[in-house]
Amino acid sequence: MNIEAPGNGPEKEFFDFLSQGEFMIQRSKSSGEYIFYPRVALPKSGIEDLEWVRASGKGVVYATSVVRQRPEKGGVYNVALIDLEEGPRLMSRVEGCAPESVVIGMDVVAEIDLSGSNPVLIFKPV
Amino acid sequence: MHNSLRGAAAIVGAGVYGLGETPGQSSVEIMARAALTALTDAGLKPSDVDGVISASPVYNMASMTAAEYLGIRPRFTESTMLGGSSFVFHVTPAALALQAGLCDVVLICYGSNQRSATGRLISNSLPDPYEAPYNPRMPITAYALAASRHMFQYGTTREQMAEVAVAARGWAALNPEAFVREPLTVKDVLGSRMISDPLSKLDCCLVTDGGGALVLTRADRAKDLPKAPVYVLGHATEHWHRSIAQLPDLTITAASESGRRAFEMAGLVPTDIDVAQLYDAFTINTILFLEDLGYCKKGEGGEFVADGRIAPGGSLPVNTNGGGLSCCHPGMYGIFPVIEAVRQVRGEAGERQIDDVDVALAHGNGGVLSSQSTLVLGSGATI
Repeated sequence: MNIEAPGNGPEKEFFDFLSQGEFMIQRSKSSGEYIFYPRVALPKSGIEDLEWVRASGKGVVYATSVVRQRPEKGGVYNVALIDLEEGPRLMSRVEGCAPESVVIGMDVVAEIDLSGSNPVLIFKPV
Repeated sequence: MHNSLRGAAAIVGAGVYGLGETPGQSSVEIMARAALTALTDAGLKPSDVDGVISASPVYNMASMTAAEYLGIRPRFTESTMLGGSSFVFHVTPAALALQAGLCDVVLICYGSNQRSATGRLISNSLPDPYEAPYNPRMPITAYALAASRHMFQYGTTREQMAEVAVAARGWAALNPEAFVREPLTVKDVLGSRMISDPLSKLDCCLVTDGGGALVLTRADRAKDLPKAPVYVLGHATEHWHRSIAQLPDLTITAASESGRRAFEMAGLVPTDIDVAQLYDAFTINTILFLEDLGYCKKGEGGEFVADGRIAPGGSLPVNTNGGGLSCCHPGMYGIFPVIEAVRQVRGEAGERQIDDVDVALAHGNGGVLSSQSTLVLGSGATI
């Protein structure tokens, strides 16, 4: 992986990668274990040999909810937990279909929404 | 395998103040009034207290605030913040400090004016950078995600979750302190406004004001005080995650461990419990905790609560004060399950009193199904 980490802490690095259109996750060089969210060391062992690798972007919906806010507070939208192909789980939003039609077990693929002031990792149905 | 902490400490005072709406009073004032109510119940005054424990999202060096307000210079102080379970957890440092002789009288106290002040749950945590972009309605959405998973894996239905709310309301109808006491049906819950699927408004706890407090002493001293001591038989806390995405299986909480260890210390099993107070911020909580604490197998909680089993007249009385769903929920509910357990052991619960309570369980939950604290309390007959 040739992408140079531009920031200091892993949190800043993750979001800097995202701004460049790259969904990167950390992997332990020694154990091969992937983790998310980004940390300074591998949980449990504390080993600090984490490197950034490009995520496949493939995932499966583990849990899902439809948040129903008033229109001025964002309206009706999906919030889901996605199991990444590499193993870790993260919170995200499935777009590209009705929020109610997102179901557990659905195959999804990552996209980066760069339309706002901050990049947002979202998922769409395969 | 007797644990020396079993029965070492006792709750000798319990009190609540301002459950519901108390406009015009600060959170600290509500806390102080609850503390004084509990001290009066124990036949003590602030100057008798030498251990102070508190937690709050708004007065966040809480034991310092509480001690200063009441005029106490504590020898033992504790402000651990584990969210709503904090006050159930606090029994552990209280019992340890008392047993070690670090102090003689511990006050655990809490107050909140969140309903009158803001009308919603107050949080002063920085947003989680990996969650905030998705605007989950926290904490509701985290519990909704867990409910979605429970429904998917075990076929749990919204009707079964609604039964939890209906049972809580049935108990609230028998409790003059409960904030909402009007009759409630499964149909009402299913028809209420959806907030974060599959949880509707009536699957969610109340937003109220209120305060509660407890007074503890060593078991030997407890016998000299006016009320029959309620003995601390077992207690344990465990947490596995802070953000909901980090809980490995959303249908299994750390209550499975805190419960196991609390029962082990008490030398009891779930079926020994006469009445259970389970932190019901949302209807799914009660189902998860009944499973994790060992009242039924994992996945069978929905069926367990059907047919009024946990409602008045059912075989396992749960949340006899009306719970967070119908009695009160000032933001950190954990002190109230303990207070209701104390009242049931003492036989002070009026119309909702369960016959012959010797052992009561109080379970606290904090964060997003994160911190789990289990407490087993017993009458003099259990010692």
